[in-house]
Amino acid sequence: MNSRNKYGYLFIAPFFIVFSIFGIYPILLSLYMSFTDYKGIGSPFNANWVGLQQYARLLKDTYFLQAFINTWKIWGVNIILQLALALILAVIFSDVRLKLKGVSLYRAIFYLPNLMTVSSVALLFLFILDWQHGALNGLLLKAGFISKPVNWLGQPQTAQLSVSLIQTWLWFGHTFIIIFAGIEGISKDYFEAAMIDGASRTQTFFKVTLPLLKPIMIYVVITSLIGGLQLFEIPFLMSQNGLGGPEGSLVTMVLYLYNQAFKYRNFGYAAAVAYGLFFIILIFSIFVFKGMFKEEA
Amino acid sequence: MNKRNFIRGILYAALTLLALICLIPFAMMIINSTRSNTEIVRGFTLIPGKSLIENYKNMMYHMDVSDGVFKGIWLGYKNSFIIAISVTILSGYFSALTAYGFYAYDFKGKKVLFILILIMMMIPSQLGLLGFYELNKALKTLDSYIPLIVPSIATPFTVFFMRQYLVSTMHPALLEAARIDGANEFSIFHKIVLPIMLPAIATMSIFTFIGAWNNYLIPLTIIVSPHKYPLPVLMGYLKGGKVSENLGSMYLAISMSVAPIIIAFMFLSKYIISSISAGSVKE
Repeated sequence: MNSRNKYGYLFIAPFFIVFSIFGIYPILLSLYMSFTDYKGIGSPFNANWVGLQQYARLLKDTYFLQAFINTWKIWGVNIILQLALALILAVIFSDVRLKLKGVSLYRAIFYLPNLMTVSSVALLFLFILDWQHGALNGLLLKAGFISKPVNWLGQPQTAQLSVSLIQTWLWFGHTFIIIFAGIEGISKDYFEAAMIDGASRTQTFFKVTLPLLKPIMIYVVITSLIGGLQLFEIPFLMSQNGLGGPEGSLVTMVLYLYNQAFKYRNFGYAAAVAYGLFFIILIFSIFVFKGMFKEEA
Repeated sequence: MNKRNFIRGILYAALTLLALICLIPFAMMIINSTRSNTEIVRGFTLIPGKSLIENYKNMMYHMDVSDGVFKGIWLGYKNSFIIAISVTILSGYFSALTAYGFYAYDFKGKKVLFILILIMMMIPSQLGLLGFYELNKALKTLDSYIPLIVPSIATPFTVFFMRQYLVSTMHPALLEAARIDGANEFSIFHKIVLPIMLPAIATMSIFTFIGAWNNYLIPLTIIVSPHKYPLPVLMGYLKGGKVSENLGSMYLAISMSVAPIIIAFMFLSKYIISSISAGSVKE
């Protein structure tokens, strides 16, 4: 190694020093805490070592299971709507025969919600969806779609659906931009060849566009999965700072983690929840990745 | 031909409807912040009210009194700006420095360290949350901005992005020429490499700033004094207090908290969208 290359260490040193302290150490400390009965008082190193007890508790915890199911329901509805909407939009805007104008304006408008402060968005919708004074019920009543106010956040189903729809509202523009860029990146030759062979629009979509978009779709689904399984702000702020909404329907996994740690001071158990969540994300990411590539083979 | 125009008409109508759905919540937010409580309760209209100043005064009044310490939404602005700007500067500079270190030099362990960065990009942030809290408790840095600002020196995704940028745009010959002229390694970085990397730094800075501005979970757990709250945490805090009893004031507070982002987006939307298209940048 020549002497100049030693500078490499100097250049990357600040990153790795901070990274070790604020990035890696907390992850290891969380792991250590998950093997103790630490209650958030004093130091985790003085707490009792309990081995795998917290993990055993996690596997039997019906509240965590409920949080797991809630999170999946909310994410599942959202990703299906979001992908469908983004795909339809991308196909419409890239259609050579339709030649729609104004892509950049629509794209900017669709994307705008994504940049918003999520906690402000949560509060905004809390007021818009309010049972008695909310703007949505007011609008729907005026238009005659409903005859009496709907308590959107008062029932488990509509509460979860509301959060799913807000998530879709926040993210479909982002997904649309990525998928649209993907379609634009596909060589026009494929579409021309399909047209010459007499393929219909539907055939072109399912046989040409969709298979070529697969890597991008995997990217979208996995990143959305990682983000979606960590859903916190919206359910937290829409359920009176973490109470969890009607029948606990808005308790997501990270919300459960937060409550276990900062409300009930079960730091040891909450750390086990964090690792449980991590493994769930890991397993499903691999599952999505493998599943979507296998189809191709 | 007529049939195609008809389809087009329907599509434009549907797209416009979708665009309205995207914009209406913002319209409600802005319009309602100009209306009085009774007007809002009566129902939504698109016509602005006359109570903007009253709502503002009411909001400021209740923010001041609610806990005796907190001094209005402008303090929240100041806090958020201090945090977001510090984070953006640190993350931009140190990510460029790190990326260049990986790009320009061959040292032992380089591959392993870079793979470590890639792995850390994939790890969900909540995994270390409790450890992070405990660490700061031990360091006595809870309720300070250190845990919100200093960790941005190590931003894995930004390093990754900038290294890719260097690989595709940098000419090694340029570095050689500078070395022959006798420049030392750090002045090469500051005088030659940094200016070349500016476009990449600018792109990442937009996303870093917005991410830092919008960050909620970490400040929620770290900051306990209301007068130190950044805006997103402050908004959640207001909800439980007197301000939220007046809907107009609350809508105004929400509007004010997102105003900087909306203004930034107006100027940078083309830039932001093309960055996402090009690099699939994820917040």
